[in-house]
Amino acid sequence: MSQLLVVEGRNYYRKLKSEFVMAITVGATILTLIPLFLVLGYLLSKGATSVNLNFFIHMPKPVGQEGGGMANAIVGTLELVMIATLIGVPIGIGSGLYLSEFKTTKLAVAVRFAADVLTGVPSIVIGIFAYAILVRPLHGFSALSGGLALGMIMIPLITRNTEEMVALVPHELREAAYALGVTKWKTTLAVVTRTAMGGIATGIILAIARVAGETAPLLFTAFGNRFWSTSLFQPIASLPVQVYTYAISPFADWQRQAWAGALVLTTIVLALELGVRALARRH
Amino acid sequence: MADKMTVRHLNAYFGALHAIKDVTLSVAENKVTAIIGPSGCGKSTLVRCLNRMHEVIPGARAEGEVALDGVNIYGPGVDPVQVRRSIGMVFQKPAPFPTMSIEDNVAAGLTLNGLAPSRQEKARVVERSLRQAALWEEVKDSLRQAGTSLSGGQQQRLCVARALAVEPEVLLMDEPCSALDPISTARIEELLLELKSNYTIAIVTHNMQQAARCSDYTAFMFQGTLIEFGETNQIFTNPARRETEDYITGRFG
Repeated sequence: MSQLLVVEGRNYYRKLKSEFVMAITVGATILTLIPLFLVLGYLLSKGATSVNLNFFIHMPKPVGQEGGGMANAIVGTLELVMIATLIGVPIGIGSGLYLSEFKTTKLAVAVRFAADVLTGVPSIVIGIFAYAILVRPLHGFSALSGGLALGMIMIPLITRNTEEMVALVPHELREAAYALGVTKWKTTLAVVTRTAMGGIATGIILAIARVAGETAPLLFTAFGNRFWSTSLFQPIASLPVQVYTYAISPFADWQRQAWAGALVLTTIVLALELGVRALARRH
Repeated sequence: MADKMTVRHLNAYFGALHAIKDVTLSVAENKVTAIIGPSGCGKSTLVRCLNRMHEVIPGARAEGEVALDGVNIYGPGVDPVQVRRSIGMVFQKPAPFPTMSIEDNVAAGLTLNGLAPSRQEKARVVERSLRQAALWEEVKDSLRQAGTSLSGGQQQRLCVARALAVEPEVLLMDEPCSALDPISTARIEELLLELKSNYTIAIVTHNMQQAARCSDYTAFMFQGTLIEFGETNQIFTNPARRETEDYITGRFG
């Protein structure tokens, strides 16, 4: 009987400790979520009233005139992201496959290291690089240089994600293909990569969501444009840069539109991420 | 009795580890040869040397002679990819390709090797292979469903069908029942007896009853060495070596 009591006393202490730690983790989780909901709520309250059809289909009005929209910036962001995807996806997937197939070669070790470093490089530095190799030789800001800067941010993200997704494919599948007399390259492409495709696609969309909101690398590459342009070799408007320009302007109407732009941009990125989650759950 | 495969002075290594030590044996045509032994004795490694799957593992290599119909598969100029088309393999864990339907899994050996069979030809191969693997009746109405939607035992028979679809001459099985329940195991064993009229089979098993039930010849491996090899009856009733007797009577392993 006395022994039982001792155990109960200990149990009580353990429970107390457990509750205490639980309270700390729950508190930390709430603290993490508060900024997210504050940002979203503030964006909604400030931007929702200014988001209307005109915002999507109209061009910016000249300074001093009320109204207008960001049609050019929305299309510009789409174009920039498309260029970035065309650059980032093939290179990223290719190098990711190389890393997973030839894990231990000197080149693989170097590429993996480089990708990790590149992930950590501030995006404005990537912008400076794109400025040096494209903007200066072409004597002008351009959609192409902006897309290149965004693409360079995507490459290491997709590379490492592809490598990890391919590593998750069970080794048994590879062996099963070899045992059928399938060559190594065919096994890698038709069995391993196909099996990892869901995870690779998820990584691509997350990388797109990441670069869609980048501002710094576009400031001196795509630059921004108050007019309609889809040319690769002309400056092009983009949502993040337009938001930046409007937000620091002295005009109340522009500031309202900056809020609207920020809300639209955030919604696009959120929708991409939620879409990925839904897709991942189905797999 | 004709020997389909002969193994002479085979040595296999994982880096510096000497896993198979000077093994010599033969695999008789249209018979089931079982390889038994305690965990880590090298029985899986031995069977993986028979279709050059051993060398797929980084750092692994094999030396010696393994002949299929008198041709050394380790000889110069022999392509391991071609070897594996003649000598199929079924593994411990059933591993259907998760992105493929049942029929695509069966036909995978053809399509992945660029043979692009016509629709009728594919249907014919799929039905023949699934019938041979005793799975046809269970899946004939759901050929388009994912291979991974089947039960574990069905998946393993699907893997047998996949291996048979490329019409190998020899079928190697590496503990094909170790992840299966007794009923599925019994089905695979029945299957072995049916398959041996058309194929030569070598099966690794840690289940001695299984070896006794369905094999014609048995090889007993211990610590990388082939201790004894002979007719299954003789190995199980009158083993020549003390180690064999100790193992099959359950004194160790």
